[in-house]
Amino acid sequence: MTLLTGWGRTAPTAAHLARPRSREEVAELVRRASDRGVAARGLGRSYGDAAQNAGGLVLDCTALTSWSLDETTGLVTAAAGLSLHDLMKALVPRGWFVPVTPGTRHVTVGGAVATDVHGKNHHADSSFGAHLTSLTLVTAEGDSRTLTPADDLFWATVGGMGLTGVITEAVFRCVPIETSRMRVDVERTRDLDHTLETMTATDDRYRYTVAWIDLLASGGRMGRSVLTRGDHAGRDELPRGADPLAFAPGSTLKAPPWAPNGLLNPLTVRAFNEAWYRRARPATGLVQGIAPFFHPLDFVEGWNRVYGSNGFVQYQFVVPFGEETTLRRIVSRLSAEGVVSFLTVLKRFGQATPGMLSFPIPGWTLALDIPAGRRGLAGLLREFDGWVAEAGGRIYLAKDSRMSARDAAVMYPRLQEWRKVRDEADPAGVFRSDLARRLAL
Amino acid sequence: MKNSLGSVDTVLLLGGRSEIGLAIVERLVRDGARKVVLAARDPGDTPPVIGAAQVHLLEFDASRPETHGEVIEAAVKLVGDLDVVIPAFGVLGSQEVYDADPVAAARAVAVNYGGHVSAGLSAARRLREQGHGTLVVLSSVAGIRVRRANFVYGSAKAGLDGFAQGLGDALHGSGARVMIVRPGFVVGRMTKGMSPAPLSSTPGQVADAVVAGLRSDAEVVWVPGALRVLFAVMRVLPRAVWRRMPR
Repeated sequence: MTLLTGWGRTAPTAAHLARPRSREEVAELVRRASDRGVAARGLGRSYGDAAQNAGGLVLDCTALTSWSLDETTGLVTAAAGLSLHDLMKALVPRGWFVPVTPGTRHVTVGGAVATDVHGKNHHADSSFGAHLTSLTLVTAEGDSRTLTPADDLFWATVGGMGLTGVITEAVFRCVPIETSRMRVDVERTRDLDHTLETMTATDDRYRYTVAWIDLLASGGRMGRSVLTRGDHAGRDELPRGADPLAFAPGSTLKAPPWAPNGLLNPLTVRAFNEAWYRRARPATGLVQGIAPFFHPLDFVEGWNRVYGSNGFVQYQFVVPFGEETTLRRIVSRLSAEGVVSFLTVLKRFGQATPGMLSFPIPGWTLALDIPAGRRGLAGLLREFDGWVAEAGGRIYLAKDSRMSARDAAVMYPRLQEWRKVRDEADPAGVFRSDLARRLAL
Repeated sequence: MKNSLGSVDTVLLLGGRSEIGLAIVERLVRDGARKVVLAARDPGDTPPVIGAAQVHLLEFDASRPETHGEVIEAAVKLVGDLDVVIPAFGVLGSQEVYDADPVAAARAVAVNYGGHVSAGLSAARRLREQGHGTLVVLSSVAGIRVRRANFVYGSAKAGLDGFAQGLGDALHGSGARVMIVRPGFVVGRMTKGMSPAPLSSTPGQVADAVVAGLRSDAEVVWVPGALRVLFAVMRVLPRAVWRRMPR
């Protein structure tokens, strides 16, 4: 038995861990599963308990890494355990980029499908599922099925948190790029209203946008933000002699193996936020690499350890456009309570995919990291859950580690429909996870 | 499943009428627990209302260890995985009575220690299989250093405390955990008519400490916390002094 947690390092549970090397091995392991069921796991970047299966079997899929690229169409066929990091290292020098990348490259293709990940281009390009042309799924009987967007099971699997089967392969369309650099504009906003206005008015000029919010700023500066927005740079924007498609990211820092609880406290985080806000000099046409633009945290390996042994909780919700009052209410409450959130990110979502349990819907999404040991946190977040649900919004299942089954059912109105498709594909409930148990999915 | 902030979904209380036990259950339900099993002798048919939780009753006799495994299985059938198991049964009795009636003393020890061993091991087996869950063991400072004034009760608690430490170590890495609770004098039904000792607490205060301990994954919880320091000293007092303790 191996103890497993998500990226937030909370609520460990024990499971049998196996590392299949082929689709056949996956099928064999699924067929032999005990009544505690099977869950697939990639790089463990879901913050909560999505890739844990207490008392059951967890398949570490990171040995499934084959891939191929059709250079004329940009279609990539990738095994589920391949990380976006490795994929980008192969694709970028060939002039292609993944259609969607989350805030870290260290997620697998299977995980990206199962959580229907979004990135800074959601307002323009939707989420990962929108770019898929087909999927291969090992089902409860151990059969391999190829699914296309015409199948209900396809859209139950995209965003389905791995509960319809083990995703073993995905085919998706990539984006041609001239260079491995980004052309970036940096802007600072005064307060929350200014942030929302600016993003609403001008986000559509950029393919990639995000706002970092200083949640500890209060009073007239509440909601002040740094906006970074950009596009892939063209070849003519690079200095002469530069290799246009060079891409060799690495982590330059390693978080210490042990950090005290409470290292991130109002004092240190306020200081960090102040520095971050001041450091962000307004600029236009800044040329930046892919890694610093998309994945700034990847430069610090194991940054989740900085939160100490108590771990941390990420709270990410979305509320539809028109429900800005709920967003304001939550931001002002967080600011008033002095909740320590190291990196709070605000983003506008565009078109949703047909994924039945996919998180993104058109609206505003806010993501914050909070140390789990904070007093009163459970009650505060429960209150927010109620507001979010009432506004027709939802919590991101890949980030969740604490919401209630009742709230989840309200936030995901297509849950019943999803259950029907899932029950048809997996009547005995072979595919299980701690998340599924906790939220009674 | 216990969530990242320490809220749970299911609770099994063995000794379903225990004041401390019910106070813990009430708080867990307030924090989100949805399914409760109360196991007690002659439980009746009407479960008490505890918040919005679904409450089940089971027959349970602490003095019949041969039945304890079945009770755990029955609870699993009712609510599924057990997130928290709280054996809260026990008898205090008076040292004078035990001095006069050694058989009664042996029976009390059989419940206070032996009953917890069989119930605890049965629960631990299930928690290990399911790969998660917490066994809350209600020890007592009476067992940390046994006093002449209640050494029958104290020695059973001393045994229980040692059992719980060993079980906790045995379960390390299995996903299942043991949390040891060491209250001082608890003012309640069990101690009615006795004058409270210094640093006493109420069942509600013990329950608050247990819930906080579950949140922080504590291994040992002293109630109140000051007893930890006090007993660090008490443990090393010379025997000649300890013997003269008034109670």
